[in-house]
Amino acid sequence: METTAFQKIYTRIDQITKATCSLRASGIGNEEMALVNDRLAQVVKIEGDLVTLQIFSGTEGIPTNAEVVFLGHAPQLAVSEELSGRFFNAYGQAIDGGPEVEGKLVEIGGPSVNPVRRKQPSELIATGIAGIDLNNTLVTGQKIPFFADPDQPYNQVMAMVALRAKADKIILGGMGITNDDYLFFKNVFENAGAIDRIISFVNTTENPPVERLLVPDMALTAAEYFAAEKNQSVLVLLTDMTLYADALSIVSNRMDQIPSKDSMPGSLYSDLAKLYEKAVQFPNGGSITIIAVTTLSGGDITHAIPDNTGYITEGQLFLRKDTDIGKVIIDPFRSLSRLKQLVIGKKTREDHPQVMNTAIRLYADAANAKTKIENGFDLTDYDKRTMSFAKEYSEKLLAIDINIEIDTMIDTAWGLFNKYFSHAETGIKAELVDKYGKIENELNKTI
Amino acid sequence: MSTKGKVKGIIANLVIVEVDGPVSQNEICYINHRGVKLMAEVIRIGSNNAYIQVFESTRGLKTETEVEFTGHMLEATLGPGILSKNFDGLQHDLDKMEGIFLQKGDYTHPLEVEKLWAFKPLANVGDKVEAGSWLGEVIENWIPHKIMVPFTFPGSFTVKEVSSVGEYKIYDTIATLENVNGKLIEVNMVQKWPVKIPIRTYKEKPRPFDFLETGIRVIDSLNPIVEGGTGFIPGPFGTGKTVLQHALSKQAEADMIIIAACGERANEVVEIFSEFPELDDPRTGRKLMERTTIIANTSNMPVAAREASVYTAMTIAEYYRSMGLKILLLADSTSRWAQALREMSNRMEELPGPDAFPMDLPAIISNFYARAGFVYLNNNETGSVTFIGTVSPAGGNLKEPVTEATKKAARCFYSLSQNRADSKRYPAIDAVDSYSKYLEYPEFIEFVSKTVSPNWVDNILKAKNILIRGHEAYEQINILGDDGVPIEYHQVFWKSEIIDFVILQQDAFDKVDASTPIERQKYMMDKVLEVNNTSFKFENFEEVNPYFKRIINVFRQMNYSEFQSEQFIKFENELKEIIEEKAVVEVEQI
Ligand SMILES: Nc1ncnc2c1ncn2[C@@H]1O[C@H](COP(=O)(O)OP(=O)(O)OP(=O)(O)O)[C@@H](O)[C@H]1O
Ligand SMILES: [Mg+2]
Repeated sequence: METTAFQKIYTRIDQITKATCSLRASGIGNEEMALVNDRLAQVVKIEGDLVTLQIFSGTEGIPTNAEVVFLGHAPQLAVSEELSGRFFNAYGQAIDGGPEVEGKLVEIGGPSVNPVRRKQPSELIATGIAGIDLNNTLVTGQKIPFFADPDQPYNQVMAMVALRAKADKIILGGMGITNDDYLFFKNVFENAGAIDRIISFVNTTENPPVERLLVPDMALTAAEYFAAEKNQSVLVLLTDMTLYADALSIVSNRMDQIPSKDSMPGSLYSDLAKLYEKAVQFPNGGSITIIAVTTLSGGDITHAIPDNTGYITEGQLFLRKDTDIGKVIIDPFRSLSRLKQLVIGKKTREDHPQVMNTAIRLYADAANAKTKIENGFDLTDYDKRTMSFAKEYSEKLLAIDINIEIDTMIDTAWGLFNKYFSHAETGIKAELVDKYGKIENELNKTI
Repeated sequence: MSTKGKVKGIIANLVIVEVDGPVSQNEICYINHRGVKLMAEVIRIGSNNAYIQVFESTRGLKTETEVEFTGHMLEATLGPGILSKNFDGLQHDLDKMEGIFLQKGDYTHPLEVEKLWAFKPLANVGDKVEAGSWLGEVIENWIPHKIMVPFTFPGSFTVKEVSSVGEYKIYDTIATLENVNGKLIEVNMVQKWPVKIPIRTYKEKPRPFDFLETGIRVIDSLNPIVEGGTGFIPGPFGTGKTVLQHALSKQAEADMIIIAACGERANEVVEIFSEFPELDDPRTGRKLMERTTIIANTSNMPVAAREASVYTAMTIAEYYRSMGLKILLLADSTSRWAQALREMSNRMEELPGPDAFPMDLPAIISNFYARAGFVYLNNNETGSVTFIGTVSPAGGNLKEPVTEATKKAARCFYSLSQNRADSKRYPAIDAVDSYSKYLEYPEFIEFVSKTVSPNWVDNILKAKNILIRGHEAYEQINILGDDGVPIEYHQVFWKSEIIDFVILQQDAFDKVDASTPIERQKYMMDKVLEVNNTSFKFENFEEVNPYFKRIINVFRQMNYSEFQSEQFIKFENELKEIIEEKAVVEVEQI
């Protein structure tokens, strides 16, 4: 983003706050970009001829006679095939030492897809992880976050999912990630030989936090280019959306807005929805799938950030350490894929839905049995069986290190049912039991 | 001459306009932004400035841009052709818009201007008529769509002329009316009405009493709603609000369904777009889309139009009610509408109420709910608007302003429980916490005892009681341990589980189970209560659980089978056998 000749240069700033500066100027468009002593800024408010600019990297050291140049456009990104394999900062400037990308300039945060032009998502994304494929099946065009405490290996799981999902492009939007995490992603993608399919927009902890606000829109604008114009299936990874929301609250706080719950701006729902709703299945075959990370504090999902996210996304994948098996699992209780019913039992075997629900219900019974132990009561025979079932279920199906086909996942669950329960206890439709529930495998020895 | 203005300030989608003439509160205006007209609404006026909320993104907008005021408030365009349409929140036809992406200022006509409709007159020359009187009708899909005297017409009129049977376009004159001063006024099939004002062209709005069948057991058999009633569904995210509303929209016994997708996911609307044209209406055998209209302001569409969307939907509902039809209006989610109000109120720096919502939020909500209702029209026909909204409480906590305000306004409360959703007990309505105030209406009790069954309401109270007792027994068992309580407690608990598994839980995605007609509900409730009234003999508590699980399993197989089919009867017999195993046969008392 360079200045061109003949642009008017303003040199008198009226007001400076922590995040913004205001000056008298005319003919300025709302949300227009500007340079204030070479720092990128954006118009956030116009009152008469008083224009307020938000300076992304902060106002430290900005003098009242700073040079201000308006760029005449909202933030934009040059899009073309040349984006592939490249790394950029929040402004879309190359940080990998490569050349500037040549391409069509498009404003980020562009218009929404007309809902009647969308197609219903229907392509299953297989990840090999049963906690996802069996219980929370993902579909292209879906938007779903991992909910995880900061000590969970969410970035690793996300990278694994991304590489296994056969996407044409993987676009990483990193917000406030550590430099180590950035290098981790770079390495994994390189080692997998996938670097040509990857595009990254990264704001690390070393960059000013407010810059993060541009990252998701940059990533999604690139995604729209490949999905809408090139008919590709694009997977967008956004990590960590909690840090994105924190940046929103910093800005609204500095602009003296009335905060709502948990010091978050009242517009948090709309702000997040605008991003997540970019997930779409286009009629021409292209799609944008968003997998995000929302870190929690102490597992609290009632905090405004995960809460609003949950109301927007099509489910969530909850990572939790199962101390019984010493592994990280996808928690079947709090996790959910809203779009799974579009594919399960349709693109997968017809017994998939009932098998999945039954296993989770039995797992819940085991949780109740555990409570009994905690309260010092004896367990019934049924309680004991559910607990053994739960442990094996966790190990063979919920753990994130599983990598098997969906049919095998379903058969494994049947095997566990047959090992620990009678048909009446599982309560599955009789015709499904007849057809699939009597499979022969080493577990199918009824007790 | 209409008032004009110039943009003086821009704060997100709040724009300050200096005006050169009179403006009114809620007046609609258009900003002429680089040749594109952006629609906006006046939401506050101060000296020479109008504060307007723009129904579009204001990116690129500059000061000094011209604004034109229209002299009217936000209006719905009412006429044949609304049915089966997909509108945005301002009633623009989404299907008529060009391209994949929504373009600013692409305002399409809500109706079909060139389409010919087969018209039949209903009024005769010389008839005395007033606003809302039926002049004629056209068949819209299959609904006899009444062409009415526009609701805005004051006083009474005499029909001077009415068109004969024939094909007409919506803007063709179909009648000429004369007012008391002898002035002649031509009427066509289209009229406009300001969405924020209720349509009141009816004679009387009594308390509603007519049972509205939904096919959802936990509603009909435990917390029934009535035609013209109001209800709301609060629940944390992912507990099943939308699935429940979709089930209602598919199954409820109504002539027309209006779905206001208000600030929720676009994919959920797409689900309706793609499924409803294929799915059959169980009552008429027609496609569901034929009786459905969608107002979509999904969460990525302009926030300011969100508030408008629910009013647009309600106005369309009232319009069709005036034709003597039963309308079910569903809004998902009313919290998003409240949040849109909050965003705007904060931008205008109004003094905030609880959780930064505007102070008058409770009044806004109750005024809106009050527009629903069962009415006797002036010609003694009846019509109704039943309204059910979802609420998305922040953090799942029901003690928040939107839930609390809605609780005061709506008569049915369908509370979704996180625990039930977590254990996949769908629909996750907590049958005990939830309530239907209509169960207290004598006129409703009388109505259902005549039309459904004399003991319907009694059974509801019995079933609820069993659920409460079951819950108490469960708590005792948890406190004292399985063997620390009498075996009887286990029975009480498991009997309540039968109601839970067989009546409350219902698989929205199973062909048969998804919708249960009232006859079948009655049958199953009687069966379940019969088992509940049976005493069973157990040797020890360990026998109780497996035994009842068998009962529940057979009951569920019945739920999955076609009513009274061979399979159904087979399971029913199986059930009988299981019950006889342990039932204590009581000696008949003389
Ligand atoms: N009756 C039901 N039968 C089976 N599954 C259900 C049922 N109701 C809900 N579910 C499951 O729960 C998921 C979430 O339901 P739904 O989308 O209705 O939640 P919601 O309350 O509308 O959430 P949000 O507030 O986030 O919109 C569904 O995708 C489905 O998997
Ligand atoms: Mg919903």
